[in-house]
Amino acid sequence: MTTAAAIKNTIAPALLRAASVHVRSSALPASLIASSAAHLSSSSPSSAGAGAGGGKAAVLPDLPYDYSALSPAISAETMELHHSKHHNAYVTNLNVALEKLDAAVSIGDVSSIVSLQGALRFNGGGHLNHSLFWENLCAVGRSSFPTSGPLKDAVDSRFGDFESMKREVSAMCVGVQGSGWGWLGYDAKTGRVEAATCPNQDPLKATTGLVPLLGIDVWEHAYYVDYRNVRPNYVNAIWDVIDWGKVEERLAAAK
Amino acid sequence: MSKLSLVLSAFIVGSASGFSMTMKAQTGSNSRREILQKGAAIATAIAAPAAANAYAVPDLNYPFEALEPYIDAPTMKIHHDKHHATYVANINKATEGKDEVDIVALQLNALEAGPAVRNNGGGHYNHAFFWDEMAPPDEAKKTKPSAALEAAINKSFGSLDEMKAAFEARAAPGALFGSGWVWICVSGDELKLVGTPNQDNPLMKGVADSVMFPILGLDVWEHAYYLKYQNRRPEYVSNWWNVVNWDKVSENFAYVTEKKAGVPVRG
Repeated sequence: MTTAAAIKNTIAPALLRAASVHVRSSALPASLIASSAAHLSSSSPSSAGAGAGGGKAAVLPDLPYDYSALSPAISAETMELHHSKHHNAYVTNLNVALEKLDAAVSIGDVSSIVSLQGALRFNGGGHLNHSLFWENLCAVGRSSFPTSGPLKDAVDSRFGDFESMKREVSAMCVGVQGSGWGWLGYDAKTGRVEAATCPNQDPLKATTGLVPLLGIDVWEHAYYVDYRNVRPNYVNAIWDVIDWGKVEERLAAAK
Repeated sequence: MSKLSLVLSAFIVGSASGFSMTMKAQTGSNSRREILQKGAAIATAIAAPAAANAYAVPDLNYPFEALEPYIDAPTMKIHHDKHHATYVANINKATEGKDEVDIVALQLNALEAGPAVRNNGGGHYNHAFFWDEMAPPDEAKKTKPSAALEAAINKSFGSLDEMKAAFEARAAPGALFGSGWVWICVSGDELKLVGTPNQDNPLMKGVADSVMFPILGLDVWEHAYYLKYQNRRPEYVSNWWNVVNWDKVSENFAYVTEKKAGVPVRG
C-alpha cells in the first residue's frame, strides 16, 4: 500500500472518528450538531466524496420524485439545476469544510475552528434546508391539506384557518429581502405552529429554535427560470405542490 | 390611484352628474361623459401629491444586447425594466409626501430611515450606478484607468491584476454569501474592497467600517446572472471585466477624490 493510500485508509478515518467526538462537544449549537449528524451518515461510504474515509460525509439525497414531478409549479429545468447544481455544491463545500474542521479540531487549532464557522453555516445550512425542502414537496395530485387532525388544529389555532395561514406565510416569503427561506415551524415551548423567515441559508432550528415543518426556498435560484423577478407568482404556485403528509409527520415527530 | 383621489373623484363625479342634469335642461348637449372626464381630471390633479421624490429609472446608454456575450440581453432587459423599476416604484412610494432628496444624499441615513428606504433607495442608487460604469465590450476594451487611478490601484492592491483577483475572491459565492454587491471604494487616501449584503452600499452610514465612496461596483444577486450563468457566479464575475468602462471608473475616482461625496447617478 502506498503512503498516500495508507493515510487515506487508516490514519484519516481514525482522525475523523476522533474528530467526530470532538465536533459533538464543540461550540456548534447542539441542535445543528444533532441534525447535522442525521444528515452526515452515509449509506455508501464510496459515495461520500471529499476523502471522508470514515463515511461521515454529507451526501446529496436523491429526490423522492422525478425532476418533472412538480411541474408546472416548478419546472423540471429548475428542479434539476436546484438539486444537481445548487444543493450539490452545498454538499461538496460542506464536506470540504468538515474535513478542514476535523483537521483543525484534531490539532486543537481554535483559530481555524472559528474561521470555519461561516462556511459551516452557509453550506451546512444549505444542505439541511434543501434536504428538508425536497421532502416537503410532492406532485400536484398528491398535495392535499388534511381536513382534520393535529396539523389542521395547529394551523387553525395559530392562523385562523388554512387560507389565512397561506396568506400570512406567503406575505412573509415575498417580504424576505435578498436571499432566504420562509418556514412553518413548531415551537416546543408553546406547543404551537409558527411562521418565520431566515436569511441566506441560516437553518431554522439553529437560528430560532423552531423545529422545521415546511420550508419554502425564496432564493432567486428557486424561481428565476420559471417566474423571473415575480416571486409572488412562485410563492402562490408552490402551495399546489406541498406534501402536507410530510409536514404533519414532522409535527408529530416534533411533539 | 390613492384612496384620497378615489374619494375626490367620486365626489366630483357625483357633483358633475348633478350638474349635468341641470345643464341638460338648458343646453341639451353637454355629455355626461365629458363632465365625468373633466371631473376625474380635476380629482386627480387635486389628490395626487406634487411628484415629491419622482425618482426614475434612467435609460441605459446602450441597447440591451450591447453587453453580449458577457451579460445577455434578456438579463439586461429584466434587470433594468423589472428589478430596477421595482426599486424605483418602491422608493417613490416610501418617500411620497416627503421633501425631495437627491438619491445620493438619501443613502447616508438609509439605515435609520428604515427597510423600505434602505432596500429600495439602495437598490435604485446601486443599479443606476451599475448601468453607467459598463460599456459594450468593443468600447470597454479601449478604456483604461487614468494615471491617477492606476497609481491608487497600485498603491492599495499592488497592480490592476491583483485588484481584479482580490475583487473576484470577494465576489465568490463562499465569500459574499446570498445577495449583495462588491465595491471598490475611495476611503481616505486609499482604495478599499468592500462587500455589502442585499441592497446596502458603502455610502450608507453603518454598513461598512466607515462611509466610503464607491467608484466600481458589481451586482452579485442571482438575478444579475442566473439566466446565462445559473449557479456559475465566478464565471460571471471573471467575464464582467470585459464590459467595465475604465474611463467612467476613472471619472468616478476623480469625482469622489475631489468632492468627498458619492458619484452622482441619473434618475
